[in-house]
Amino acid sequence: MSKIDVKSLYKIFGPEPRKALEKLRAGMGKDDLLQKTGHTVGVSDASFSVAQGEIFVVMGLSGSGKSTLVRCLNRLIEPTAGEVTIDGEVISSLSTEKLRAFRQKKMSMVFQRFALFPHRTILQNVAYGLEIQGMGRQAREEKALDMLATVGLKDWVSVYPDQLSGGMQQRVGLARALAVDPDILLMDEPFSALDPLIRKEMQEELTELQSNMQKTIIFITHDLDEALKLGDRIAIMKDGRIVQLGTPEEILTNPSNGYVANFVTDVDRSRVLKAENVMIRPSALVKITDGPRLALRKMKREEFSSIFVIGEGRTLQGIVTVDRAIEAVEKKEKDLRNIVDEDVPVTSPEVTLLDLFPMAATARVPIAVVDDNRKLLGIIVRVSVLSGLIARGDDLDDVSNSG
Amino acid sequence: MMYRIPVNDWADFAVMFCRTNFRPFFRWFSGYIEGFVGSLEALLAFIPVLLFIIIIALLAWRFSGRGLALFAIVGSLLILSMGLWEQTMLTVALILTATFISLLIGIPLGILASRSEPAWKILRPILDIMQTMPIFVYLLPALMLFGIGLAPAVIATVVFASPPAIRLTNLGIRQVPQEVMEAALAFGSTPMQILTRVQLPLALPSILAGVNQCIMLSLSMVVISAMIGAGGLGGVVYRAISRVEIGSGFEGGIGVVVIAIILDRITQSLGRGPVGKEQG
Repeated sequence: MSKIDVKSLYKIFGPEPRKALEKLRAGMGKDDLLQKTGHTVGVSDASFSVAQGEIFVVMGLSGSGKSTLVRCLNRLIEPTAGEVTIDGEVISSLSTEKLRAFRQKKMSMVFQRFALFPHRTILQNVAYGLEIQGMGRQAREEKALDMLATVGLKDWVSVYPDQLSGGMQQRVGLARALAVDPDILLMDEPFSALDPLIRKEMQEELTELQSNMQKTIIFITHDLDEALKLGDRIAIMKDGRIVQLGTPEEILTNPSNGYVANFVTDVDRSRVLKAENVMIRPSALVKITDGPRLALRKMKREEFSSIFVIGEGRTLQGIVTVDRAIEAVEKKEKDLRNIVDEDVPVTSPEVTLLDLFPMAATARVPIAVVDDNRKLLGIIVRVSVLSGLIARGDDLDDVSNSG
Repeated sequence: MMYRIPVNDWADFAVMFCRTNFRPFFRWFSGYIEGFVGSLEALLAFIPVLLFIIIIALLAWRFSGRGLALFAIVGSLLILSMGLWEQTMLTVALILTATFISLLIGIPLGILASRSEPAWKILRPILDIMQTMPIFVYLLPALMLFGIGLAPAVIATVVFASPPAIRLTNLGIRQVPQEVMEAALAFGSTPMQILTRVQLPLALPSILAGVNQCIMLSLSMVVISAMIGAGGLGGVVYRAISRVEIGSGFEGGIGVVVIAIILDRITQSLGRGPVGKEQG
């Protein structure tokens, strides 16, 4: 038996949704419906089922109805018609009382803009779900603390949300959702508001968490690569309808119509992908004021033959090779000023892969990605330029966005 | 000639009707308010003057800063030396009572207005009337119903001062971000839990701004209240005006200004910062 069963779900916004529904079922188009009756179609005839432990991704552009769909599952939005069944219980006909109990125990939600309670500390935020269930203070704070440790924030319990970065806030959002130990996690574009590198980190963390938790996750996104990376199955939505539903492989190899095809058959990925999509965070850096021995030790640990050197405010100073570092150690140099090679291949995050090819072909060291102030954002190793072209979403971010 | 709609007769009738039929109720209410203001005044007057000044200065220092504390000391001593201490205490008691009643009515109505569109639609024009109807129009009927003294003054002040409390409570709650409300709902909170744990705390700065407005408007009614026998600093000013004693009129006026500045700065700093907790 499947965990979640959705049968021909409709949501129509407007003064008389039932009448509009009849017209929609009779075949009236979405645009006609809006112009002639003033009703907006949120979700139209959506049916799918989700298995226990599955990550089910709903993907679509903004306005495609994906956020409405997910809110119909916990009835933050009341569906106009159709049936949602979870664990054999028909959600759409639960009483207010039962719906509340269901929201408390069965499913919780993570929001795009985090939606943390600004007047509560991180700990109080995470404990919120348990608090309203009536759990005692000590018990709920213990649990919340555990959860915060899981997402790596146990040193931040007594600060307020606005003191945290976006990535950290969303970890709190995730911890808050997980603290009540729900079976089902609804995630409404949870990583869309984060910058690309943080987003990638969060995706990996979610994958790792999921391998331990085995929750059933409904994950909303507008980003194809995110969908491919996380989804066991993907539903693609357009104008409130699910236009294709399948595994990532099926969707990539066999797009069901032009709309889906446009998403997945990027004619030439090298024109779409940018430096920021393929850059990685350097695993080791040295400061210009560091000694050559430290540089040497870091290179040895990472098995690099060279290492990037940064100065004040993470500005790129250049690169130091292992040979010159050894020389400097022999000459008893105190810092790296004399041996740093300032002639480093540099690019900006907006440059497309196509334009990176010539540089990547000749460069003997990784390419540094810097912003206008020469602040080091990430590095591109040659192999990632090439793999960016063939990988379909394994390591990429933001493609469907920018494309 | 056009038919004259007898609004005046209706109003006369309504007032007379209340006067003849509900007189005991109005008298009881009047006595209740007099008692309340009276005991508050007695309490304030019971505190030794110097101790009172120290307490006010400490409050000013704690909530606002050294400047206001200094102002509070100087201002209070000035009032004391002008011989207006008793009148000042009566005015403060009057304002606090009016503000208390305004909030007692205003905050629940504000909450109601924020939760129900029909309620808000009905309340809005009533608030407009309360704030724009010339005060003397309802002052006289209040006088006829409640009798001369503190009660009609308090009622008139409440009518004039409670609208901002209602408006700002309503506004503060409506300004709670949609996603935060969704989060609270998604965790299965009851409406009461959402109100007390999410909406009211987040609306607090706005509600406190309403409290501040409420106090300021109450103060602006002080002299008018005095015209119907409420006494206090307003009485000093009113008497001075009617006898053309410009000097003592100023004395009473300065007393009002001192109270206004102290109360305004203290209540304003209560609303500053999200919830008055230490935040970055």
